[in-house]
Amino acid sequence: MQRTSVHRVGEQRWVRWTLICLALGLTLLLLVMPLLLIFVEAFSGGAQTWWANLTDYYTLRAIGLTLLVAALTVPLNLLFGVFLAWLVTRFEFPGRKLLITLIDIPFAVSPVVAGLLYLLLYGSNGWLGGWLMQHDVQLMFAWPGIVMVTVFVTCPFVARELIPLMQQQGREEEEAAVVLGASGWQLFRRVTLPNIQWALLYGVVLTNARAVGEFGAVSVVSGNIRGETNTLPLHIELLYQDYNAVGAFTSASLLAVIALVTLLVKSFVEWRQARQRAPLHEQQEQG
Amino acid sequence: MNTKRGSLLPRLTSHPGKRVLPGFALSMGVSLLFVSLVLLLPISGLVVESAGMSWAQYWAVVSDERVVASYRVTLWAALIASLFNGVVGLLLAWVLVRYSFPGKRVVDALMDLPFALPTAVAGITLAALFAENGWYGQWLATLGIKVAFTPLGIIVAMSFTSLPFVVRTVQPVLEDLPVEDEEAAISMGASDWTVFRRILFPSLWPALMTGIALSFTRSLGEFGAIIFIAGNMPYVSEVTSLMIFIRLQEFDHAAASAIASVVLLASLILLFGINLWQARYLRRLHGR
Amino acid sequence: MSITLEQINKSFGAFRALDDISLEIGDGQLVGLLGPSGSGKTTLLRIIAGLESADRGRILFQGEDVTGLHVRERRVGFVFQHYALFRHMTVAENIAFGLDVLPRKSRPVAGEIRRRVGELLEMVQLSHLAGRYPSQLSGGQKQRIALARALAMQPQILLLDEPFGALDARVRKDLRRWLRNLHDELHFTSVFVTHDQEEALELSDQVVVMSAGRIEQVDQPQALYARPDSRFVFDFLGHVNVFDGTLDGRLLQQGEAWIRLPENREGASSVQVYLRPHEVRLQLQPVAHAHLPLQVEAINLIGAEVRLELRPCGWEAAQLWEIGITHAEFNAWQPRRGDRCFAVPDVGHLFGAGNAAPETLYWG
Repeated sequence: MQRTSVHRVGEQRWVRWTLICLALGLTLLLLVMPLLLIFVEAFSGGAQTWWANLTDYYTLRAIGLTLLVAALTVPLNLLFGVFLAWLVTRFEFPGRKLLITLIDIPFAVSPVVAGLLYLLLYGSNGWLGGWLMQHDVQLMFAWPGIVMVTVFVTCPFVARELIPLMQQQGREEEEAAVVLGASGWQLFRRVTLPNIQWALLYGVVLTNARAVGEFGAVSVVSGNIRGETNTLPLHIELLYQDYNAVGAFTSASLLAVIALVTLLVKSFVEWRQARQRAPLHEQQEQG
Repeated sequence: MNTKRGSLLPRLTSHPGKRVLPGFALSMGVSLLFVSLVLLLPISGLVVESAGMSWAQYWAVVSDERVVASYRVTLWAALIASLFNGVVGLLLAWVLVRYSFPGKRVVDALMDLPFALPTAVAGITLAALFAENGWYGQWLATLGIKVAFTPLGIIVAMSFTSLPFVVRTVQPVLEDLPVEDEEAAISMGASDWTVFRRILFPSLWPALMTGIALSFTRSLGEFGAIIFIAGNMPYVSEVTSLMIFIRLQEFDHAAASAIASVVLLASLILLFGINLWQARYLRRLHGR
Repeated sequence: MSITLEQINKSFGAFRALDDISLEIGDGQLVGLLGPSGSGKTTLLRIIAGLESADRGRILFQGEDVTGLHVRERRVGFVFQHYALFRHMTVAENIAFGLDVLPRKSRPVAGEIRRRVGELLEMVQLSHLAGRYPSQLSGGQKQRIALARALAMQPQILLLDEPFGALDARVRKDLRRWLRNLHDELHFTSVFVTHDQEEALELSDQVVVMSAGRIEQVDQPQALYARPDSRFVFDFLGHVNVFDGTLDGRLLQQGEAWIRLPENREGASSVQVYLRPHEVRLQLQPVAHAHLPLQVEAINLIGAEVRLELRPCGWEAAQLWEIGITHAEFNAWQPRRGDRCFAVPDVGHLFGAGNAAPETLYWG
């Protein structure tokens, strides 16, 4: 076997192409086909049926509730994520590492357990819930409960996107800005924000995708009242169990489109970040 | 807070970082408030509820036969799915980092699909694919393999939803591998497999382990993707998260809490373990 | 604006970064903080700026106590080691930043800001790069922009953290000269940190040599070079040839080598004589006051003079000796590796036991 032009493992043609074909095959089977299936099933009754299913009363209500949940969850977690990332990457204090680990909890916890946690606390038998009931406030089995549980499940995402980036960028630019006299807000708006904007965008888009798609936790606290407390994923479950596969996949296609948009945004963000890291071209003149 | 007059007395706290960059108090306040309200308070609720049961009751619930069967099903399926993901994920990461081919950017982007796709959508899709008359199901039926409504279906669902963890954990490490090590080894006459086994894999395996562990942790708690394809037959294809759900529907909050506490404890232990592992091994690797 | 530091102490956990530092920097001086890594020089600089705060001690600008003042209020200019240019802003926006963030009442109008930025770009001779981004600049250009950005605020005090550390030799020399000229023109007080002795000695009005959190010596460059106060400063400021021996009356001996000191000394103690490369000559025969046989080990021809590395014969030294001879002498003598010769000290520095300052010896 010739080694003159081979510098790294797996560069020989047959190895390379075998592995590539294997990878492509697996990608096709595991990732592409499922996507295809969603759209094939959704449109299996024709475009008009698809539209009719989408604009069905209960589906529209589900979409509306889902949008409400996203509209409340995303800004909240955006703010939290930014503050936490700033705190944890720009300051030293006891308990910092603990805080970073704590934020990973929703990541590790089963969504059903997450829903249960909130049900126990805010349900009519829970210690906070009982008190709230007395004041005629019902959080569980209503849309506020869904929002709260979704906030729990999606809170790490913005922070997890920002923290490694901000750690890697270091605080020097911000120190320089402070030395030059910038106030807190000026510092954030002019120096920090431009540096993190793409990661922030992706964090927001990811939070949105997960907020819109959360199922396990919402199942527990929702009450499944058609038209009232069914988000789109729950609605999909309902349709599927009613043997209305086409209807279920129609709603699923909507969510699949959101997932694809999320992937697109991520690609875009990575492309932008790669451009920024491109090697600097040295000028011809000295110094 | 800043006095105009300096002092020769020693300061009680010396945290200069706090003072130079603004926003410490505000960001600390917001973060602590949020973390307490959203994360710690609910967890303490569970602890209180579980503490409310007597030890005997607690034990009876968590060691109930059906529940124990669900532990077994969940753990085994998660293990197999994670190991499968370890192999497939490594392959995919390798191909994406090392080779160019048409459509590579698309494939790379698709790796995140299970992460971005709602679990319920994944659930009904996988169920439809592997049902007996589904695209894959019919073909597998000719081989005598049944996936839907069996534990195999659980493995498939777990594998699908947690594949990105392995790929995305291994990719950066693969990208950072120094070329010189390989070149040196190959120039000394070592075969590809030897170089891979003795030079590349030792650098890769901490990240691979981390990815597998993350995949495992995620699979333990997976719900939406599983319940459509699993069949959910007690003792056979019922996962623990479903057990919790069932107890809740029976309004047996105490039992649900008890089982959930087991799951939560396991997840937290795994989480801390993974973080410690990452801190030790991945830093050691990058420290050179 | 003068800078006074009184008993500055700083620890990071168990590590003592600065140990009771007191220093006086006159108005308009250009002072270099010189020392190896870990000496505390950067920490000291950052404390002056306000980017770190001392555990104990005071900082005064022109007699006024600024210890409790936040860095933002101190109005110093700071140039970071890795420039810290704002990567998302153009060069012009970077320089204008300090002016842009001034509170509305003190902020000049946009046209005025543009004008000032233009002036600064002229001064650093980079007007043609106004619209570029930092990633498109070379190291030397980035450094000059960082400097311009700091100077835009017309600070009375300019602090530079290893300003030329990341640049190559040629660029470094040019920028050094340029910084000195700028300083002479604009009369700000300037403090810079470096580990490069050449740089410190060339640029500064005063050099502060630091080691392990303490100040070893503060002096003008010539004085520092001619009369180092301690072994550390000697070792740090370039190569030094050391003769370690036992003293008996006037004779300092080790093995086959000896040096006769100009005057009697009491006691038979173990002492060292430090000899700078330019304080000792080479001859083919020994002289009356010294017998230091050496063997040529290596010859370095590049430079203003020829540097010879020599191995002691019949006696020992911790490091090879280095002595310079002119090119004329080299051509006359034509030494080769292995040739023998003798060192003849003209000036030396005697160190006894302990850390006392050395005594300068002169052989006529």
